[in-house]
Formats: sequence, structure tokens, C-alpha cells
Amino acid sequence: MPVTQPTVDSLRDRFDNIVESEFRGQTRVVVPRGSAFEAIAFLKEERGFDLLVDLTCIDYLNYRDAEDRFGLAYLLANTSTDERLTVRVMLNEPDLTVVSIVPLYEGANWMEREAWDMFGIVFDGHPDLRRILMPEEFSAHPLRKDYPLQGRGERHNFPVLTRGEA
Amino acid sequence: MSATIPCNPIANSDQVRDEDYLWTLNFGPQHPATHTTLRIVLKLDGERVVDAIPDIGYLHSGFEKIGEHLDYNQYVTVTDRMNYISPMANNVAWHHSVETLIGIELTPRCKYIRVLISELARISDHLLSNGAMGLDTGAFTFFLYAFYQRERIYDIFETLCGARFTNSYTRVGGVMHDITPLVVEKIRAFIKDFPNTLEDMERLLNRNRIFVDRTKDVGVLTKEEAINRSCSGPIARASGVTRDLRKDEPYMGYEDFDFQVCCAKAGDCFARYYVRMAEMRESLKILEQAVENIPEGPANVGVDERTALPTKEQVYQTIEGTITHFELVMANRGFEVPCEESYAATETANGELGFYVAGDGSDVAYRARCRPPSFIHFAAFPHLIRGHTLSDVVAVLGSLNIIAAELDR
Repeated sequence: MPVTQPTVDSLRDRFDNIVESEFRGQTRVVVPRGSAFEAIAFLKEERGFDLLVDLTCIDYLNYRDAEDRFGLAYLLANTSTDERLTVRVMLNEPDLTVVSIVPLYEGANWMEREAWDMFGIVFDGHPDLRRILMPEEFSAHPLRKDYPLQGRGERHNFPVLTRGEA
Repeated sequence: MSATIPCNPIANSDQVRDEDYLWTLNFGPQHPATHTTLRIVLKLDGERVVDAIPDIGYLHSGFEKIGEHLDYNQYVTVTDRMNYISPMANNVAWHHSVETLIGIELTPRCKYIRVLISELARISDHLLSNGAMGLDTGAFTFFLYAFYQRERIYDIFETLCGARFTNSYTRVGGVMHDITPLVVEKIRAFIKDFPNTLEDMERLLNRNRIFVDRTKDVGVLTKEEAINRSCSGPIARASGVTRDLRKDEPYMGYEDFDFQVCCAKAGDCFARYYVRMAEMRESLKILEQAVENIPEGPANVGVDERTALPTKEQVYQTIEGTITHFELVMANRGFEVPCEESYAATETANGELGFYVAGDGSDVAYRARCRPPSFIHFAAFPHLIRGHTLSDVVAVLGSLNIIAAELDR
């Protein structure tokens, strides 16, 4: 079920610079980076958005008419009214830092680690921001658009461990 | 009940974590009971698990990166390989998201076919996850009963689309091939026979002393924790969350069917097993209603939509069919996709499987984010296992149904 108007209105009353848009019945609000944590906390505490469905990132490097480099998408849902709302936070280089929402949603822990691993977004206040899918010594962020599909030779140059060294 | 876990008082204390008497055990990445390639570093005090540190990524194959280079129809072959124990459900989830983005309304017949294959996929997934959980806790017969029935579902899928394991059956705006009378007959036979096996399976485990002792009060997840940790599907429902997308946000015509949402309150491994068993019965109900009421008419959307390939009669006998065929098969043509983003989810056997798809006007997705239920459920694993014994690790892993290919993508 799409988000109801009172939710969007209350969000707009509380925070400045909220940009709302809709596509196929799905409402999205773009929240300034500085108030992202407060806005999500407000949605959770006051409007009952208790479920973080997903947290992901999109790199808009080659996207038509895009103004920002990265866009975080927080997909929130309310389990009692079945409302859904997507909160977008736009980030630009060089400062790719946003406040972690792990204190609000425990489930965000691995999702934020994945966003760090794949896009290099730094989540301030995350308890354990390590790479999750790529190896620890990996240096790039592979889902960025400037990273080639075939990689940069990391695979051929993996260090070989012998039984004696391991 | 959740308060009665035998728990070591030091288990959650940070100060003693690195004390000498804790020993470290590597569980995986190659271990028969992990079933797939994942690794857990366990900190043990005797047999008691003090902490568990999952280490994943051994199967990472960049599926989301590949999604930015394959077109909307080609990528379905990759979704097969995500949750490979119910590939049909992944196919449906992917194309459901793409159709939401493009804005296609499916034909009634196609909706029913997709409901049929989704429910068959759910049964086969639950059979394997419960079967493997039984296997890990010592019930080998139960596993063989489950696998024989899975084999029959494979047969149905083979008759339907020619492939047993990696089906790639759906297409944008329809399916690869319309359903045939032989498939309907096989599904009817399955609906008739399967309840007997299900009863046998329940008789084997529901009151089995060994199984119940090993799963009851093990890995308890409360309702609040389940929501806070973003759990979905049978794992959330076993903790008392009544969320089921088929009921709450009906898609693909699920509002037409009469079925119940199965929930339990305990939130332990046994509850998760029990919810899966109950869901198979409900899936059978949906199957029965769907297979008897498949609407007549075309399976794919019409020529005007320009998304599904027209039939050969249309191509050779009508000018619209010829143009549509030409537009779709020529390089750099394809169908029109808006410069927009949307998220659509389906209720698969493991939980909410959704794709966040960003289109950029071309026939290749700009971003194809998969919301993998296994990934989110496995994040809760250390919390579930703390304070339990080493032998409970396999019971909890089995009850969460972790599929490493979906976990790592």
C-alpha cells in the first residue's frame, strides 16, 4: 500500500527541504543528508515505520540529467498499516558520509556494510564497518559505474597461500 | 518460553570475549552441514557458543553488476542462480519488478500461471529447507520423503519449460511458453498425492522426541526483534509477525485465492519448521484453486504493448506482429523503459524477495538491486546462536534456510 498523505505532510512540517515524488504509486521523499537520521527516526517513532525493508545505493555517474553522484535508498514499511515509503539521501564526492541508522534498525547493520563495500559510502557511527562480500584486501568499490565489469585484474593477482603459510 | 534458554551468564559480556579459555572453531566454508559455502568463526566455552562471527562472500559473483549489462529478459537466467532451490519464484520476482517499472498489466491467464509456478516453487523450497533441517538433526528418512516430492515438482517444471533446475521461464509481459494440458494433469496428480506424504512427514517429526528436543527453544527470535532485524517470510511469521505480501499487498491476482497466513508465536527453530509445514498445505489450497480456474486467452500481453515476442502466426500474417517482432529482436531497439526507479517485491518461500530496478531508457537496467532474504536472515544468526551449544548451530542454520548463492549474489 502506498504511503498516506498525513505521513508525508507530517514529515514536511517537521523538516525543511523535503522533495516528494511519485512513480507507479510509490512515494519517495528526498531528505537532505544532514537530517537523514532524524527524519528516519521520526518516521519510525512517530509514524510507525518499524520495518526497514532494504537499504541500497545507486551510482548516478552516467545517468541522464542526474545532479548527484550517489543516491541512498531506504525502503521503509509500516507493518501495521502496510504503508511503504522510500527515503532518498543524495551524496556527492568527496564527502560520502551519512549517519548510520543501526541504532534504529538492527537489520541495517549488514546492509550498510554492503553499501560501504560496493559503493564506498561511509556510515558514521556504524559498530563494525568492514567489507562484507569482497575480500578484506580489496581496494575498489565494484558496483560503482567507473569500475569495469571484468574487474581490474584483481582476480588474476590473488595471493597464493600454501598450506605451510596458512 | 523464550526466557528459559540455558544461557551462560558471561555470554553477552564484552570483557571476557578474548579470555584464554575461549577457543575458536572454524565452521565452514566447506562443511556438510552448512550445505553451501559460508564460514562462521565460533568462539566456544566448552560446548557453549559465546560468539559467532559470520564471514561471507565466498560465492560472490557480482550478480548485481551483471544485471547492469544484461537486458531485462537475459537477466532472468542469472536470477535462477540466486536462490537455486526455488528458481521459478526468483524468475517471477524479477519480471514482476520489471513489469512494475515499465507499467505492464499481465493477462489473467499469465497471472494464474505465475501463481501456479510460484506456489510449486514455495513447496519445493520448504521441502528442501525442512528436509535439510531434519537431515542435520538426524532424521534421514524425512529428508528422503521430502526429496522424492521435490523430484515430482522438477518433473512438472521439466514438462512446463524443458528445464528442471534453472528454469528461466518468465519473460517481460508473459512467460516463455503457455501451460499445456499435460502439465495441468501432472499438477492435479501432485495435488492428489502430496497431502499423504505431508501427513507422513508430519508423523515422522512433529512429535519426534529427538527432533523436538533439538529444535524447541533453540534460536528464539521475538516478534520485536524479527521486525527490527528486517526479517520476513516464514522466519518472521514463526515469531508472530503476521506479514505476508500475498495478503497485505496482493499482487499477480493473489486476492482471488482463499488461503490462510500461517503464524506461530514461539519464534524458535521448531516454530519455523512448523510454519513451513503449514504453509505447504496452504500452498496446496492455492494450487488447487488456480489449476481448476485457469482463464482462457493468451498467456502473453498483446502486440500493442511491444514487450513480449508475438506468436509466429501474428508475425507472418499481421503487419503489427511483424513490426513488433522486428523491434524486439533488433539490437539497440527493444522496448521502452522509463527513466525512473521502482521497487516491487513478491513473497517467496524464504521471505520478501524484491528488486529495486532503475531504468535509464535503454533495454538494460541501470541498477538491479536484489533484496535477498537470506542475507538479511543470516545477519541475525549470531544473535540467535549465542548461549546455545555447538550442535545447535546446524539446527539454527537449517531453520533459517540460508542459501549462499543468494546470500553472496
